[in-house]
Amino acid sequence: MKKRRFWYLFGDIIGLFIAFIIFIVPFIFMLVNSLKERKDANLLSISWPDALRWENFIEVFQANDYQIVTAFKNSFILVIGSVILLIITGSMCGYIIQRRSDKVTGVVNALIMTGLMVPAAILPTIWVLQRIYLYKTITGMILIEVALNLPFTIMLYRGFMNSIPLELEEAGYIDGCSRWKLYSKIIFPLLKPVTSTVIVIKAVTVFNDFTNPLYFLPGSENATVQLTLYNFMGQFESSYNLLFADVILITIPMLILFIFFNKRIVDGMVAGAVKG
Amino acid sequence: MNRRRIYSNWFMVPAMAIFTVFFLIPTVISLFFSLTVWNFDSFTFCGLDNFKTFFSDESLYSSIINTMIYAILTCVLKLVLAFFLAVFLTSKIKTKNFLRSVVFFPNLISTVAVGITFSALMHPTKGLINQVITTFGGTSVDWLGNTDIALYSVILTDVWKGVGVATVIFIAGMQSIDKTFYEAAAIDGASAWQRLKAITVPLSRPAMNSVIILSFIGGLRTFDLIWAMTGGGPGYATEVMASTVYKQYAAGYYGLSTAGNVIMFALIALMAFPLQKFLLSKEVD
Repeated sequence: MKKRRFWYLFGDIIGLFIAFIIFIVPFIFMLVNSLKERKDANLLSISWPDALRWENFIEVFQANDYQIVTAFKNSFILVIGSVILLIITGSMCGYIIQRRSDKVTGVVNALIMTGLMVPAAILPTIWVLQRIYLYKTITGMILIEVALNLPFTIMLYRGFMNSIPLELEEAGYIDGCSRWKLYSKIIFPLLKPVTSTVIVIKAVTVFNDFTNPLYFLPGSENATVQLTLYNFMGQFESSYNLLFADVILITIPMLILFIFFNKRIVDGMVAGAVKG
Repeated sequence: MNRRRIYSNWFMVPAMAIFTVFFLIPTVISLFFSLTVWNFDSFTFCGLDNFKTFFSDESLYSSIINTMIYAILTCVLKLVLAFFLAVFLTSKIKTKNFLRSVVFFPNLISTVAVGITFSALMHPTKGLINQVITTFGGTSVDWLGNTDIALYSVILTDVWKGVGVATVIFIAGMQSIDKTFYEAAAIDGASAWQRLKAITVPLSRPAMNSVIILSFIGGLRTFDLIWAMTGGGPGYATEVMASTVYKQYAAGYYGLSTAGNVIMFALIALMAFPLQKFLLSKEVD
């Protein structure tokens, strides 16, 4: 028994050591370099800065006429709009698909599940957006994010509906509840756990999305946070301190989310993966 | 109770409308536009020319090969690493919750940020990785500038970022395995390795299948990490399908770009769907 305890302790130490080298060092690297002077940061070493330069963050905010402020605003509008729409449309659709299993829902389900695998057809999507005058608009971008994230969302809702008993709806139906009321007053409140999972996971996905805004939302006044980071990469090639200050600014919201919703995020990703 | 009356199909309309207009329709018309030379206003039909160009031009063709290497390698590496990480993190060590969080967190940060950080860490002269190698007497490696290595450097970064999800999927699978199997095997004198091979591996099969499918498809679709780290270069050493689609679009070859997209569909249909069928058929018995 004693020998075994020794091995577990050994495992702890080795595990912490390797995790530190592989997973924590890159974050320390970002942090220390975001607080250095330009010349020191460009050495790309991991040494502690001589003096902490918090001004770097202010400089990042002021760069390109406060572009990052606009970018954060755009990103937040995008995230909030997409997540709200995803919850409403996704929960309604997942509810019906799970409750009614006939030909129609079978076809709908099959179509939606292809969306989990098949990537978006980029240029034809731009073509469609132009035809309905939504290209380069936040509205268009929100609708694209919703379309691309619906499959995962519907899958989560459909899976969770399995655990909700039919009796409640039957009782509501007999009492004369309308179909809309059945859904909005009885079902939707019961979906709360999965709704909060969807909120957190989809907020992270949409916030971190780089590819889709690159294609569907070009233009500097429309830039999202990820695009400004990409632009900074070219612009601040020789001032790594500012580049890393920007990286830190973008990472911190995620860190806060993770600290509060760790379990939600992990459970949601696992649920989505295993049922798919 | 009449199911049709309670559960109206109308409830699916909002989701389906958005999904159809912004996903299904573009996907279907991409099949047509891949056969044309077009800009957003007009098009000329050109048959299979775009596809011929794709398979004859070396830089375009190599992007197909690179995509396959990328998808297969990231998938295999994540599978193997995540499996052993999960075994380690479901054992009785004390710090497992902390370590799980640490392994998982990179998945939540933006790919562009990861790309920037690792490009700096992999810098040919000043980068931290090379500093460490030279301190131990090795010769420094040009991680992202050497055409033979660049793709693998990006692959390793992808594994760093993505191994956490695979690990938590495995952990969930392993935690649902009945503990009595292990106890019975231990009483019968099975070694730890035998228990791993005879119990853990077969019983975490569903988790394994999810990990394979998810990381394989993720690998076939990869774009942002490549774009942030190498931009497809040096030369076209790290060019993948999705970066080719972007480059041809930026260069104004919309037909070629659309054809690239269609080839991506074909790769996924020809590789991922059969793979999933195969894995699911194995799961039953």
